Amino acid sequence: MIPLSWYLIFAAALFSIGLFAVLARRNAIVILMGIELMLNAVNINLVAFWRYVNPELIAGQVFAVMVFAVAAAEVAVALAIFISIYRRRRSVSADEIDLMKW
Amino acid sequence: MSDPVTIIANWLEGLLLGWGLSPLLATIILNAIGILVMAALLLVLDIFLVWVERKVVARFQDRLGPNRLGPYGLIQPIADVLKLLIKEDITPRGADRLVYNLAPILTLATVLLLWAVIPIMPNVVGTDLNVGILYLVAVGAIATLAIIMAGWSSNNKYALLGAFRTVAQMISYEVPMVIALLIPVLLARSMGVSDIVYSQEVWYILVAPAAALIFLISSIAEIGRAPFDLVEAESEIVAGFHIEYTGMKFGLFYAGELLHALTIGALFAALFLGGWSGPGVQAVPVLGVFYLLIKAFFIYWVIMWIKYSLPRIRIDHMLSFNWKFLTPLALVLLLATAIADKALEGSTTVVYILVMLGLNIVLVLGALALVRGYASKERQRVGEPKPVARPPQPTVIEQS
Amino acid sequence: MTPVQILFILVAAVTLGAALMVVNARNLVHAALWLIVSFGGVAVFYAMLNAGFLAVAQVVIYIGAIAILMIFAIMMTRNVAGDSSPRFNSSQIIGLVLALALFAGLVWMTLSWSGATTTPMPLDSRADPISQLGSALVSPDGYVLAFELASILLLGALVGALMIAWDRK
Repeated sequence: MIPLSWYLIFAAALFSIGLFAVLARRNAIVILMGIELMLNAVNINLVAFWRYVNPELIAGQVFAVMVFAVAAAEVAVALAIFISIYRRRRSVSADEIDLMKW
Repeated sequence: MSDPVTIIANWLEGLLLGWGLSPLLATIILNAIGILVMAALLLVLDIFLVWVERKVVARFQDRLGPNRLGPYGLIQPIADVLKLLIKEDITPRGADRLVYNLAPILTLATVLLLWAVIPIMPNVVGTDLNVGILYLVAVGAIATLAIIMAGWSSNNKYALLGAFRTVAQMISYEVPMVIALLIPVLLARSMGVSDIVYSQEVWYILVAPAAALIFLISSIAEIGRAPFDLVEAESEIVAGFHIEYTGMKFGLFYAGELLHALTIGALFAALFLGGWSGPGVQAVPVLGVFYLLIKAFFIYWVIMWIKYSLPRIRIDHMLSFNWKFLTPLALVLLLATAIADKALEGSTTVVYILVMLGLNIVLVLGALALVRGYASKERQRVGEPKPVARPPQPTVIEQS
Repeated sequence: MTPVQILFILVAAVTLGAALMVVNARNLVHAALWLIVSFGGVAVFYAMLNAGFLAVAQVVIYIGAIAILMIFAIMMTRNVAGDSSPRFNSSQIIGLVLALALFAGLVWMTLSWSGATTTPMPLDSRADPISQLGSALVSPDGYVLAFELASILLLGALVGALMIAWDRK
């Protein structure tokens, strides 16, 4: 049998990799991929706690479904923004999109 | 209730356990044998499909088709395969080698994966997933991915165009397909394909004919066959995503397409035509395979009929047909079916079928009337006289 | 080590390796393809946790919709894909340190928590988790409000994405 800690450590590793992508990569699409990895890690935790702590209460799975919906919405809007930015600036590099910083 | 598959499986399991293997290992070996046998049978059937396809298209075009090699040309597909095998195997310069070689394998593999949840006779199904319908959609998504991989990795503009069209077409047509698939799920109150087959006392094509039609149309679009073969339109983008593929790599795409068409037939049979059910199946379960194959080949024949009778649809028409006609119709159908199914609880079967059938016909006719009104308005708009551009009158320059 | 544990370690290694390749890939389409491998690994974990519906939904939504949308966006912003400018920004060291610190902290917290070694609760074999999930999503004493909000969010995102990406000429 797999102890709960294995899932938690795996999720922590996945979350950290995603976080590194968000903090260190320049391309905005890869940053979005990092966010998706982080959301996946969170979902693993939710489902693992549902399975190990209280399988009668379906809340863990419901939360995971909500995360799916939010992730889909987020990706749609984010990619639309990137395509729109690309049309104007010919770049999707996160540190070149700095017009609002001035 | 003699069922050869179960008997053989039980005998093999006893044999393996008798050798002193652990039950887990025995199960793994049994499953592996099952997968291998199923995949091998399907791939042999696939070679035979080449002959069926060529023979049927010949008849549709008033020709004889292959008839030289063996009786009725039955050996012809083997010659075809040999020819493909000895062709030169090319990987274009600048192609992404791994992705390029992975794409055809993935295409054929996804089609084989679909058979995992199709029940082939009573009590015999690869795996009776309780989310079978959703699994079918998931595998379809991976098939789309394989085509995008092929188009992108070929390092060819036409292939990339094919991949773009794939995204537009397959993703769009997934929407009405999923909604149409929800109707049998709703009627059977289960997402498992086996449960849907078992719950069909009357075939769902009688209860939900419009859903069946929408499923068939969007499935044809998913396979990318005519009239929806924009993905590989040879007169526009040469061959689309598989332009750079030669030899057996192309063969895998071809085999995948043929087997996918038959698989759609089998799925249609399982969801709307009662799957393996037929007279005498309870006594002799093996008959179920034949019933399933007969129904699947009938649908396959319908798909071929459509393919060889209709011209290719224009890309904007393809998209607006999906978003402005199929998707709204499927949504309304789902809503109406749910309400009618709830309202008719406890009524006799005949009343149930008649009301459902009438509801479907009324909805489809209403949708068609709306489309017809729109079309006549559109025709008027297009037919109106347009301002014609005239060349400027030449001004006479007086010569001095 | 039981076979299930070996399976867990294999899938975890593939998933994390693919995630690392996403972070490290120079070619964006490769990054997206590795991301798909990673999503697939997470789907296997859902299946191992007896959440079959989530496993299949993960493939449909993440691989079938999100990853393909990303590949599409990468193709639309195409000269970026073969871009040879540096992958990482100037704060990559800080990012690496932060990510490693977070990982170390989370592992330390997990290992020092007494509940971390629990084994799974027995599942009620009669209950159908899919119908449970379905009725929880739509029953008034369940999560119907969250469900409706999620659908409004999706509709809003749909319209918003269309408005933003629309190329007004």
